[in-house]
Amino acid sequence: MFKKTVAALALSSAIFAGHATAADYVIDTKGQHAFVNFKISHLGYSWVWGNFEEFEGGFSFDADKPETSKVNVTLQTASVDTNNAERDKHLRSGDFLNVSEHPTATFKSTAVKPTGEGTADITGDLTLNGVTKPVVIAAKFLGEGKDPWGGYRAGFEGTTTLKLKDFDIKMDLGPASQTVDLIISVEGVRQ
Amino acid sequence: MQWRNSPNNYGLVSITMHWLIAIAVFGLFALGYWMVGLNYYSSWYHTAPDIHKSVGLVLLALMIFRVVWRFSSSGPAPVPGHSSWVHLATKAGHGLLYLGLFGVMVSGYLISTAEGRGIEVFGWFEVPALISSIPDQEDIAGLVHQYLAWGLVILSVLHALAALKHHFIDRDSTLVRMLGRADA
Repeated sequence: MFKKTVAALALSSAIFAGHATAADYVIDTKGQHAFVNFKISHLGYSWVWGNFEEFEGGFSFDADKPETSKVNVTLQTASVDTNNAERDKHLRSGDFLNVSEHPTATFKSTAVKPTGEGTADITGDLTLNGVTKPVVIAAKFLGEGKDPWGGYRAGFEGTTTLKLKDFDIKMDLGPASQTVDLIISVEGVRQ
Repeated sequence: MQWRNSPNNYGLVSITMHWLIAIAVFGLFALGYWMVGLNYYSSWYHTAPDIHKSVGLVLLALMIFRVVWRFSSSGPAPVPGHSSWVHLATKAGHGLLYLGLFGVMVSGYLISTAEGRGIEVFGWFEVPALISSIPDQEDIAGLVHQYLAWGLVILSVLHALAALKHHFIDRDSTLVRMLGRADA
């Protein structure tokens, strides 16, 4: 009786495995195969690049029905890093990210609109510096498949541009630096 | 006036350092207070912190010399007529001033060197970063620097008021001997 149940279960999962295309992924921050980078113009003469070192999140992705995908990320604003201690200290202060009042920033997707082969516009609510506004991330699916260590992974990149004033960032850095570009790359491990 | 301290008076070395450092500390406090409010397009945005850091590091070297001088010199004898609790309060107050000074300067140093970069002193030489692996170093050092700076300035004002009290109310030689003018 027991052996028959086990056999029936094994058979049915074998049949259904091939049809399960919707999956939940956890962004791989343990192996750090995910990056939230940004760049902003310095006086109009060069780019200042930085990233947020600490964040976590996940996404659910269905290659057959991409419009049902969802993504959720929470990042620690104090983990900002532009490779300059004095600048990073200033960024954490009330002039910019005000991390003591707003220790996290979050993105929660609300809609996904495919725009072509492997690309989509992900609309979602971005909460930054205590202000929540809808933003659109132009996303591109990079690939998916098995990894050599028994897991299954899928990866994306996404870009968007934010206006500092939209999120109540107090310090004005001049006319060339009103916006910041976000460049995100994530790899998720399927659960 | 002599270089060294005498039984009744401080000598020129102690006197010069005392007043020079007092002016430098109040100057640095005012500069620091002003410079953190500068906007990005002020021409002083980089210059003011550069001066603040350079003077601060020169001051640190001077303070080290001052400590060595103090502990290798005999100071003037305590002003007569003070009770033992006044002696204790005096030692405590002066000790706190020394600790506050070193604390403010070291914490300032730790802000700028938090990720391994050294600090330029007036473009003459660079002081290397010795400690840069403390988590959140620039933020914690920044808070310590800010609180100690205020504490030090408040304590210095109390120190000045105490000296004036001794001079005008007690009419003793406490203040004048730091000007080298106590009677022999």
